[in-house]
Amino acid sequence: MFDPVEIRKHFPIYERFQRENIVYLDNAATTQKPKEVIDAIVNYYENSNSNVHRGVYRIGEEATDLYNKSRENIAGFTGGKPEGTIFVRNATEALNLAANSLTRMIGKKFEVLVSRMEHHSNIVPWQIASDTFGIRLKMMESNIDRPLSWGDIERNITKDTRIVSLTHVSNLLGTINDLREIGKNLHERGIYFIVDAAQSVPHMPVNFRDLNCDLMAFSGHKMLGPSGIGVLQGTPEILEDMPPYMGGGEMIKEVFEDHFIAADIPEKFEAGTPNIEGAIGLSAAVNFLKNLRMESIRQHEKDLIAYTLEKEDELNIPSLISYGPRDPEVRGGIYSFNMRKNVESERPFGNEVHPHDISHLADRIEGVEVRSGHHCAMPQTVSLGVYATARASFYIYNTREDVDHLFDAIEKIGKRMIK
Amino acid sequence: MSEDIIYSAIIDEHYEEPRNFGKIENPDENIMETNPTCGDTIAMYLRLGDGKIKDIKYVARGCLISVASASILSERVSGKDIKEILKMKKEDILSYLGIDLGPAREKCALLSYDALIKMLKKYESETNQ
Repeated sequence: MFDPVEIRKHFPIYERFQRENIVYLDNAATTQKPKEVIDAIVNYYENSNSNVHRGVYRIGEEATDLYNKSRENIAGFTGGKPEGTIFVRNATEALNLAANSLTRMIGKKFEVLVSRMEHHSNIVPWQIASDTFGIRLKMMESNIDRPLSWGDIERNITKDTRIVSLTHVSNLLGTINDLREIGKNLHERGIYFIVDAAQSVPHMPVNFRDLNCDLMAFSGHKMLGPSGIGVLQGTPEILEDMPPYMGGGEMIKEVFEDHFIAADIPEKFEAGTPNIEGAIGLSAAVNFLKNLRMESIRQHEKDLIAYTLEKEDELNIPSLISYGPRDPEVRGGIYSFNMRKNVESERPFGNEVHPHDISHLADRIEGVEVRSGHHCAMPQTVSLGVYATARASFYIYNTREDVDHLFDAIEKIGKRMIK
Repeated sequence: MSEDIIYSAIIDEHYEEPRNFGKIENPDENIMETNPTCGDTIAMYLRLGDGKIKDIKYVARGCLISVASASILSERVSGKDIKEILKMKKEDILSYLGIDLGPAREKCALLSYDALIKMLKKYESETNQ
């Protein structure tokens, strides 16, 4: 039985949340950390701290063993191989690595296709690659109320398309894209497929092999883990062919005056002393999630978003406008919205309540923590005809009661701001 | 939370009816400032002479705090000596609003102030040469 109230007992910060009546709904930005994760990190520092892959002494071997076992655990969690699981800082760094290295591997001018739904971290690295290596970036339109389909992609690929890079779940609209068919078709055409899984791996069962992708990126801090650790997962074949991204210690076999020989994967892409405690913390987070079962987590969040959309319909607040698919089957636990006057006002500027005011007031009135802004998805935000939205996003410790608080806040803000 | 945003009548009033809203044709100085975290934007225009602000206007697109503070600022500085305004501190601006703001929202409140100071400094360095 999946019980969010029981789950909260594992999160030390919920003691404060309960004391101050805080309803935390910004999980797409980052999640809270359970005691199991915090303990794993503290335990590492208190008992086994030393550098990895170096000392042939007791605790050095212990640290290396913990680090390697963490990699194996995390790799298995998403159906990848340990040697195809590269530790990076976050999904952003993973996508920068992918864009840079894969572009250099292909080594000639080509076209890369992304969608309007992407987070900036799946847009800007390609723009940089475009500036640096002269490749062409194409951003395809995406529907705001339905997932991307193979048909959408097929219409936009050309004979020059060598890479397609797509988000699994939109961080703004919550749209869940069914990538399996897209991946299958891209592979048949010999096009590389990259998946930004930052908003899917924490929330639903994700299997790297099932997605038919070459590379996949996700962040630890969005899935109960510490910040500063993320993963680029890839097939060993492609990672072996990709040139190194950063140079330094750990990533080499030998260094001569004028050249170097790169280490095997995964170390080839892990220059410098890695984030050892990050890997250990993320592994503990993975254990926590495995214990809850990813199917159950998805089911729980589907229930929360379905309840949110039902409640929105039922309350029918005239000033409230929200975005994204209405079908919970293709919608993650993300609810982006705005509030605006239903009549044109006389005021010299817009008639919307600024999302910053929504976020501030929701906190002060109801203790509801939602984010405001463009959520690092400016092209998608602009396509909604606004310059910002407020966003609530759910996780394992949220309840239907939290959703009720959200709507209480929205109703009160409406009364306060819309006269 | 006694002096909270929720209870500030001053802010409400300036947000609903911002003073000095609009443009100045052929201004002596003008600037466009943006807060990248929320996309709030202000275009500000100045008519300057005799070491004073003769006229100030702005077009603001933003939250309650940023619009209201632009309005309050424009009332406070209109007709004042430039040197005197340059002596104003950020804390003075925040105190005009009559509420306690967290660090995240201070940026909203100071967007118009930053725009104004940038223009005045530019004007001073140009006219002193």
